[in-house]
Amino acid sequence: MSSLIQKCADIRIEVLTMLNQSKSGHSGGSLSAVELIAGAYYDALNIRPENWKDPDRDRFVLSKGHAAPVLYSILADLGFFQKAELSTLRKLHSRLQGHPDSKKLPGIEAATGSLGQGCSIAVGMAMAAKAQHRPVKVFTLLGDGEIQEGVVWEACMAASAYRLDNFTLIVDVNGLQLDGPCEQILPMGDLQKKFEAFGFTVITVEDGNNIDQVLEAYSQPAVKDTPRCILAHTVKGKGVSFIEHQVGWHGRVPDDQELAAAVRELQEKRI
Amino acid sequence: MKEKKMIRSGYGEALVELGERNADVVVLDADLSHATMTAQFAQKFPERFFNVGIAEANMVNISAGMSTMGYIPFCSTFALFGAGRAYEQIRNSVAYPKFNVKICCTHSGVTVGEDGGSHQAVEDIALMRVVPDMTVVVPCDANEAKNAVMAISEYDGPVYLRLARSPSAVFPQQMPFTLGKANVMKDGTDMVIFACGIMVETALECAEKLEREKGLSIAVINVHTIKPIDARCVLSYACRCTRVVTLEEHSVIGGLGDAIADVLIGNGDFSFKKIGINDMFGQSGTPDELLAEYGLDAASVEQEIVRMF
Repeated sequence: MSSLIQKCADIRIEVLTMLNQSKSGHSGGSLSAVELIAGAYYDALNIRPENWKDPDRDRFVLSKGHAAPVLYSILADLGFFQKAELSTLRKLHSRLQGHPDSKKLPGIEAATGSLGQGCSIAVGMAMAAKAQHRPVKVFTLLGDGEIQEGVVWEACMAASAYRLDNFTLIVDVNGLQLDGPCEQILPMGDLQKKFEAFGFTVITVEDGNNIDQVLEAYSQPAVKDTPRCILAHTVKGKGVSFIEHQVGWHGRVPDDQELAAAVRELQEKRI
Repeated sequence: MKEKKMIRSGYGEALVELGERNADVVVLDADLSHATMTAQFAQKFPERFFNVGIAEANMVNISAGMSTMGYIPFCSTFALFGAGRAYEQIRNSVAYPKFNVKICCTHSGVTVGEDGGSHQAVEDIALMRVVPDMTVVVPCDANEAKNAVMAISEYDGPVYLRLARSPSAVFPQQMPFTLGKANVMKDGTDMVIFACGIMVETALECAEKLEREKGLSIAVINVHTIKPIDARCVLSYACRCTRVVTLEEHSVIGGLGDAIADVLIGNGDFSFKKIGINDMFGQSGTPDELLAEYGLDAASVEQEIVRMF
């Protein structure tokens, strides 16, 4: 997996560079989600520019749409669009909107980022795939703050009622939300028990920033008639010492100096 | 006495017909299938019917997801829980990405009746009309509801279909239905009434009576598509008649009246009157009592019209 570890470091550098150029965006929640998104695209799911119009392709829905730079970096790497376009993130007339917009950019399945919505949109995809007898796997990635949205639990009830064993709900449990630690803002209690009570098979990933652990979880066989939830414990701001665990870096981006320091740090780790 | 039928019945029947014709059509409901009349579809095509429980926001998102899989979802609930409760899902998950989802809402307006103001959407047209890329359709009777369902199924994009609960007049003749094209129900030169939904019948009744009794020549236009509005028809009749009345079972703010005003502003001199619900909530009562209470019965409408001469 060393190539994927390197890839994740490259994605982090690319994401911070994009955020530095756009002068706005979400650093912390992007960095925590890198392995979770990379693991889906580079290993678990079958989504490529070549099969983009194939109804049987797998689907990935980034419900925590504010981590869009990570998704854009990976989509460009896969060839959905030119890497040069990454520098247009969040700029006027760009296809790389602040939050993913499916009508603008190839590779994006839905309009997400208004928290909670992507999750139930993904449930709709999984329900349709079942009804159409298509061998489609649907993954959706949520933040642990995002699951405070009620519609997430409406979606979970439906996923369970419709026995969506083709559906995987991943939670990026980085413990922080915009205003502070999730435990202080609105404690969600025992997430494993909660998702189990909603009819999910729950897999816990102790280190969601460890690509091996992530791939191991993604490769678990589906349990018949049961949706699954992957609770991935991550570090907000992962990979850059001065961004890690910092609430203030939720909606902040690096200036030129900070970017240089971050890149140095990430490159050192890469070697 | 003219034949009466619930507009929502036309919706239920149309879905069954459409389901037979088009295997991509799916219907979603949030535990109201016997009220929205989707139950008939559910019985006939159980594999294409999804009752998601009492969770409208989720239903709209699920419809959005299903549309990306090639389905044409008809997402059904009451107007208040669709346009109102699930507004943001309609706006962000359906309209913003321009997905092919039909939001079909029954129980619009005060003729919901006894359930009261909490269940009477008098602002749903306004809410849906301001959403970019949204098409807004308000059929005038059960037959037109059927034609509207067929027409919107062939249009690729988000649509809001507004349907009434209580029995209302069925026009003897079925009019052609073209999305975005208003229907002239009666010609005239002294005044034009632009109406939608169940108020088309009231407009016609008043126009015919005033022609008989006072010799007034009043045109009645059924504006079944409020967005995109048939600006050509609206402008041509308004210019010819110069006296313009709009009539809707909806707030005077943001509905048909404002849509017509938007076409006319800056395009001529008109006497203009919007008749609708005057910026207030509904309440419990029978549909007829409520129409009278809010000035939407034939007698009140006639009074308003006569004042324009």
